[in-house]
Amino acid sequence: MTETTEKKPFEPTIIGFTCNWCSYRAADMAGISRMKYAHNVRLIRLMCSGRLDPTFIFKAFAGGADAVLISGCHPGDCHYVNQNYKALRRFHLVTRVLEQLGIAPARLKLLWASAAEGAIFASEVTKFVEDVRALGPLNWNGAEALPEIEKEEVPA
Amino acid sequence: MSKPKFAMYWAASCGGCEIAVLNIHEKILDVDANFEVVFWPVAMDAKYADVEKMKDGEITLCLWNGGIRNDENEHIAHLLRKKSKILVAFGSCACEGCIPGLANFTPIQEVIDTAFTTVSTENPDNLRPQPHYQMPEGEITIPTLYPLLRTLDQVVDVDYYMPGCPPESHQIAAVIDVVIAALQGKADLPPKGATIGAGNSTVCDECERTRNVKTIKEFKRIQLGKVDPDLCLLEQGIPCNGPATRSGCNARCPSAGAQCIGCYGPAEGVVDYGARLISAFASVIDSDDPQEIDRILDGLVDPAGQFYRFNLAGSLLRGSKQAHTSGD
Repeated sequence: MTETTEKKPFEPTIIGFTCNWCSYRAADMAGISRMKYAHNVRLIRLMCSGRLDPTFIFKAFAGGADAVLISGCHPGDCHYVNQNYKALRRFHLVTRVLEQLGIAPARLKLLWASAAEGAIFASEVTKFVEDVRALGPLNWNGAEALPEIEKEEVPA
Repeated sequence: MSKPKFAMYWAASCGGCEIAVLNIHEKILDVDANFEVVFWPVAMDAKYADVEKMKDGEITLCLWNGGIRNDENEHIAHLLRKKSKILVAFGSCACEGCIPGLANFTPIQEVIDTAFTTVSTENPDNLRPQPHYQMPEGEITIPTLYPLLRTLDQVVDVDYYMPGCPPESHQIAAVIDVVIAALQGKADLPPKGATIGAGNSTVCDECERTRNVKTIKEFKRIQLGKVDPDLCLLEQGIPCNGPATRSGCNARCPSAGAQCIGCYGPAEGVVDYGARLISAFASVIDSDDPQEIDRILDGLVDPAGQFYRFNLAGSLLRGSKQAHTSGD
C-alpha cells in the first residue's frame, strides 16, 4: 500500500497502453527529444488500440493500478483503418461499468497522439498523473501494490 | 462391498440446483443404485458432526452448489473438501457467484438494511440479526456475513466446474453417467480443473437465429418492442449475452425468444466475462462520434448488471469498491 505522507507525495501507479504506430512512437519521440515527464506510467505496447481487450483494464485495476491510460492514433489515422474507433467505443462503455463498480471515470483516460506529438504525449501524461494524484490511491482490496520504482535520471 | 459415497451441499444459493438434480427423472435411481447418499441437507437429515467423523476422502463425489457468503459456508467448504475425493463446483453460484454474488455491488451494511427494512419485510421493531446472543440457556450464535461473496474456488481447491443456473438436467445425467462409468473402470475422468457438463464454445454457436454483420444504432429492452423471431437478437439491438457465454444449454433462451443472460458463465478462454461482453457490445456500435456513442450506450440501462449478472464474484474485480471496503 502506498502511504500518503507530507514528506513523500502519493505516487500513482498508472498502466498505459500504447499502439505501435502512433502513440508508442509519440512516447519514443518524447524520449529521444529528452522531454521530461512524470515517470508514473508503465507503458505496454500493443499493435493497435483496438487490440486493447477491456480485460487488460480490469486486470490492471485488480492488480493495484491507480489509473489506466489508453492511447492510440488520432481518429481517421489508424494503421488498421478504423480499429481505434473500436477502442473509443469500448472506452465509453468501460467507463460506465467502472463507475458502477466504484472506480471514478477520471481513472481511465483516452489519449490520441500521433508519432509526431511527443510533446503532447508528455504533457498529457504529466497532467493525468497530477489528476490521479489528486484522486488519491485506489487501493483495490486484496491487490498487492506494485513495487515502487526508483526515479531514473537519464544523463543528458 | 459398500457403495461409493455421495454428498450434496448448498451454501449461498436458491435450491434450484437441487431441483435440477432431481429433474433427471429416473436417472436418479442410477444415482441411488451406485451411490450411498451420506449427506444432503435438502433431501435428508444429516448432521455436520456425522461428516466430521468421516475419514478424509471418504466421500467419493460431492456436488457443491452456492457461493461462500458467511463463515458457516466457509467452514463446511473446508470440511467437505477434506472429506471428498471429487469436489464439484456445481451450478453458477459455486462457479462464479451468480445472483447472490450481485450483492458484491453493495456494501454489506446496505445489503442487511435492504433485507430488514424495505417494504416487503415486516420488521416493526427494526431488528437486526445478532451473531451472538445471550439466552438463559446459554449463548447462541448465527453465522457472520462476509462483506464479499466468494466463489467456491476462491476458498478451497475445486476438482471440476459444472456451470449453469441451474445446470441443464440432460447435462447432469451425462456427468453422472461418466462418473459411474469411471467408478466401474469403464471410462476416465476428465482432467482436474475441467469444466464438465457444458460445451467449449459460445451460446451463439448453438443458436439457430440468422446472423449477419452486426451494426447497432440503438440498444433496446426486449419487452419494449417487436422482436424478429429469426434474426440474431444482438443484431436487433437487444442486449444478448450469447457472444461470451459458454455453450451447453442448446441456446434455450434465444430459441424461446428471450435474450441470453449468461447463466452458463464465461466461455472457454474468457478471463473476465464482463470485459469480453463490453468488447463484443461496444465493437458493433455503429458510430464513430463520441456524442452519438454515448447516446446509443444510454440504451443499456444497467451495463454492469447486464455484463456481470452471474459473474460478479468470479470476475477480476470481484465486486465494487464500496463492497470491498465495507468490511474494513
